[in-house]
This record gives sequence, C-alpha cells and structure tokens, in this order.
Amino acid sequence: MSEATSQKIPVTVLTGYLGAGKTTLLNRILSENHGKKYAVIVNEFGEIGIDNDLIIGADEEVFEMNNGCICCTVRGDLVRIMDGLMKRKGKFDAIIVETTGLADPAPVAQTFFVDEDVQKNARLDAVVTVADAKWLSDRLKDAPEAKNQIAFADVIVLNKTDLVNKGELAEVEARIRGINPYAKLHRTERCSVALADVLDRGAFDLDRILDIEPDFLEADDHDHDHDHHHHGHDHHHHDHGLKHYHDEEMQSLSLKTDKPLDPNVFMPWLQNLVQVEGGKILRSKGILAFHDDDDRYVFQGVHMMLEGNHQRKWKEGEPRESRLVFIGRELPEEAIRKGFESCIVS
Amino acid sequence: MKEFTPPPDSASIVSVTDRVKPVTLGMAVTSVHFLGPRAAFVGGEENVAFVDGKGEITTVAVHSGGILSTASDGKHLVMGGDDGKVVSLDAKGEVTLLATDPKRRWIDAVALHADGAFAWSAGKTATVKSGRAEEKSLEVPSTVGGLAFAPKGLRLAIAHYNGVTLWFPNMAGSAEFLAWAGSHHGVSFSPDNKFLVTAMHEPALHGWRLADNRHMRMTGYPGRVRSMSWSAGGKGLATSGADTVIVWPFGSKDGPMGKEPAMLAPLQARVSVVACHPKNDILAAGYSDGTVLMVRLEDGAEILVRRNGTPAVAALAWNAKGTLLAFADENGDGGLLEL
Repeated sequence: MSEATSQKIPVTVLTGYLGAGKTTLLNRILSENHGKKYAVIVNEFGEIGIDNDLIIGADEEVFEMNNGCICCTVRGDLVRIMDGLMKRKGKFDAIIVETTGLADPAPVAQTFFVDEDVQKNARLDAVVTVADAKWLSDRLKDAPEAKNQIAFADVIVLNKTDLVNKGELAEVEARIRGINPYAKLHRTERCSVALADVLDRGAFDLDRILDIEPDFLEADDHDHDHDHHHHGHDHHHHDHGLKHYHDEEMQSLSLKTDKPLDPNVFMPWLQNLVQVEGGKILRSKGILAFHDDDDRYVFQGVHMMLEGNHQRKWKEGEPRESRLVFIGRELPEEAIRKGFESCIVS
Repeated sequence: MKEFTPPPDSASIVSVTDRVKPVTLGMAVTSVHFLGPRAAFVGGEENVAFVDGKGEITTVAVHSGGILSTASDGKHLVMGGDDGKVVSLDAKGEVTLLATDPKRRWIDAVALHADGAFAWSAGKTATVKSGRAEEKSLEVPSTVGGLAFAPKGLRLAIAHYNGVTLWFPNMAGSAEFLAWAGSHHGVSFSPDNKFLVTAMHEPALHGWRLADNRHMRMTGYPGRVRSMSWSAGGKGLATSGADTVIVWPFGSKDGPMGKEPAMLAPLQARVSVVACHPKNDILAAGYSDGTVLMVRLEDGAEILVRRNGTPAVAALAWNAKGTLLAFADENGDGGLLEL
C-alpha cells in the first residue's frame, strides 16, 4: 500500500435492512477493546449505548452532482461532516458510516470518489452489509433496498443464524450468492464476527485486489448457464449439488480470458460501457493482462465511476489471465460478453 | 500558461520573505482574523491563538471540540463548534457564549452583521439574533451550507441544496428562494449589495444579480472554491480553486456576465486561500504548496511573502488598515508581515 493511502482515514460503510442488527454490530465495534477510536456517523441518535464524543447525527441528504452523470449522487451531509471531522484529525483512527435501513449505499460510496477534499483525507474501506438470516429472503422479494445492499456489499454479516434451521440458512445463502457471489460472507449470532473480518478490509484499495473469485463456502460451479433467466423465477440448481438462486433482477456477470487484451480497445469499451450502462452496474472490478505489458492492470468501479492503475509485475509462472466482474441490475449480458471478446488481441 | 515556481534567492521576483515575523502556533489552523491590533488564528479545535505585533502568542480556549465556522467584523470573532455552541471572542480575549443548540448539533455556519446581529445554522435551521429582539429561526429544505448578511438592512442569505434562501428575519413570510440546481456552500453579497455569489460543491461559483435574479455561472475551476474575497470597493471577486488566482469582474452593472475573469499569479500549485487588501487593489494569495504571494490586481505583479515547501496555506488576512498581513499553513506555521 502506498504511504499516501495508508495515511488516509479508513471509512467503513455499514448498511443493512431495518432490524438486521446494524446497531448491534456498531455497539460491538465500539465496545471491544481494540485500542482504536472511531468517529461514527449515524442516522439516528440514541441507539448507541456506548459513550463516544465522536458520534455525529446525519440526515442522509442525497445530492445530485451537476456533472452530466445522471446516476452520480453523493451524500451532501457526508461531505459537510467529513469536512468538520477533518478539523479533529488525530482524534480518531477510523470512521464508520451507518446508513438507514432503506438507504442505497451508492451515494455514500460515491462521495468518497467524487469529492476531492473527502478523497484527500479519507478512503472507503468496505461496504459491510448486515443481513437477517430469518427475513432476508422475504426482503429480497419485496424490498429493492435490501437487494441493493446485498449487491453492493464487500462483506456480508449474515446475522441471527440461530433463528433459522440448516435448510433455511442454505436457502438464504443461496439467494445472497445469486446476487453477489464475491462478498465475504460470515454467519453470525448477535453479530459476533471477528472485527478484523469487517474492518480494514481494503476492499476499494487497488493494491489489494488479489484475485476475483466467488467466496463460496462450499465448492460450486459459478459459471452456470444463465439462459434460464428468460423464463420464470427463482430456479433451483440442484445439478450443482448446492442450491443457487438466480435473481431475476440483480446478477453478477463474470468474464475471463487467458488471451491478452488490447488496452486501446478495452479502455474505451469499458469507459463507454459504464457511461451507457452505469445506472445498472452497481459494482465492477477487474484484473487485466494487456498485450505487451508485463504489469497487471487492476480497476474497480461504482456505477459510472472507475479507477484503475497498473498494480505490479505479473509473477513468473502466474497465469496472465484477465478477469472482470460486474454486479448489477438487468445487465445486458450478451452485449457485455461480445464487447469484452472484441478487446482480445487476435 | 506561465509555469513558475519561485526558486530560492530568485532575482526575478521581489521578495519580502526576510521581513516576515515567523509565527509557530503548534496547532492546526483553519483561518485568521484581526481583532484590534492582534491576529487571531483559529485552530482546528478548541483554541484561538492571538499573536501581537511582537510575535507573542496568547491562547484562548473557545470550544470544547472542533471549530467549524467563523465570522468576524474586526472587533468580534463569532465561531460555531461541533460542541453545539456559538461563541464570540473580542479583542481583549474575552469569550462570550452566544447560543447553544438544544440538541448539541454541529454549528455548521455563522454570520456576523455590521450592527452586531449574528446568525448561525445547525442542520436545516438558520437562526438570527439581533440586539435584544428574540431569536428568529427559519428552516430551509436541506442542511445549510453557508450564511451571509446583506451589507444593507437585516437580510440573511442561506445557502443550501438547489439554491439560496433570502430572508428578512424581521418580516414574516419574507423568505425568497433563488433556485439553482446543485449544492451551495459558501455565500457572499457584493459590497454594493447588487450581487449574490455562492461557492458550489461542484468546482464552480454561481451568482445572481439581485435586481432581476439573473443567473451568472462562473465555471472552469479544477477544484472546489473554498475562499472568496471582494476587492476594495467590490470591483472584483478573487477566488481560490485554480492554479491561478481567479478574479471575476463585478465593476459593471452586468457583473461578470459575458466577461472573462483575470487569471493572476499562476503557480504549479492550487490557490488555497485569498484575501484582498481592504484599501488598495492588491491581494494576498496562499497556495497548496505553502507559497504566499502579494499580487497587484492591475497587472498581476507579484511579491513573494513566503516560499513553498510546506502544507497548504489555510489562513490569510489583512488588518482593517491594510498595514499587516497574517498567514499560517495547515500545521500552524505562519507569519506576520508589516507593510
């Protein structure tokens, strides 16, 4: 990690549908003896039982940016709060932003990419979503916010697992994986997750993009046939030995090739893709092997916002594979696959 | 564009660096204001440090937390803090508690009127207190980004998301809304009361001609404008946010409409703070690399006050007579220059 990155204050975004256990997790983070001091930005005062003079009430004001980018929204209140907090630099080690149960995580995340001053001082560490094992399956059907929060997550804390049986747990996990197979998933009761699993994850740190592999607890073939999404709902995939629900609306799309990509074709294609489809693409990430280039190129994005850089040299013997992942809503899969293939050096 | 970094001992630029009295404050500094003969450097939290002509430092505790907003009329310095308090500091160093937010919310913005009235905001609510009259509050549609009193009459401009609300606190139902899409932060009336300008969250200014609410878009900045200063007589508005000082012409009745701004004192660093001289057509500019320059508005002639090589200049102010210039960088290293 570069020095500049490490000096920036890490920001963890804590999301989750109403009643999932966000406040429980927050209280745990604040009360555990870790020697760190957190500034906490909450949407409602009074729920936190811990005495902390750096708890700031926020209003969740979502502002559109006047930059011609329709889905470019930021949290206006967060811009202001970050500004104020920076006057007390040195008084805290990290920031946690708790969102309301109905919030879309995108404006929070985008605030850390769009605003120059925020970006100078802080870095988004990870989006952590607390999900209720008992009720998430229902919420995924009736609450678009809950689906958004799962799709957006880097870490999912699947809480209240003691309230469901094994079958129900398998089902809710399959539903999560149908939307977002890449987030780290932790099963918990009363949010008893190791704090190292939710904090300081570096999920948005380009230097820490190591691989892009689905985080399945059991072996599963992720590259299953997606054709079925043209008919019906909620297909079970017993043929893989593990239940896997395909969500009609929100999916992930993984692309892979061991042939080198032409950066002069790929870059414009990717830029154009997020410009045109950025409203549908929630998250994107990639490790790329370019033609005539000994360095790995990595990128990650939120909606229309992309950042990328050469990361390091490909190691000897390391397969020079390119891998891309998009998580989004009604992704135009065929067009994306075709576009990606046209970037391969023939 | 002229590319220029002042090299040490450069003969090409007049330097007064040897005449600066260095000031080491030992705290993060966010702004400076003259209160009587002393410069009052506002810390990031808790304290204000007075520095007199001899360079002697006296620290005064004003808030029990971060100091979020300041406004000064040369006699008083009004501040809002994250402790939910509005306090006033006078030239003698006496602190008066002016108001406390009942919910201890952050005091995001403050403003001070020439007649002693003051205003503050917490969340979406702006409150004005004038003399012995009762406090009057107005709620705007979103969190207040900035406050400014008009130079004439008791009228308050409240910047927020998608525009500015103009309000006569002593006239019920007087709130007038000037709309412009986007988030508005700093706000300022021209000294002749003809124009209102906001610094937006986007790297742009927006202005209104108050006679007919005609819009003025002032764009092209690479970064957000955090510092604005009206030149003597209000003919120009100097701003930070670019690698030159951008000065918009406000001398004619149309303001900057259809005109190009002057671009003065280009460096390979971003202008972080500007302060126009109170009497003459000169300004001081601080940069992100620690440079401080004095610049003549007429021809852009520069005098070096402080060399580069430090954190950004955060505080810059002239005294009322224009005989003293005070500055400090973010870490609290600064100086006083007597002219």
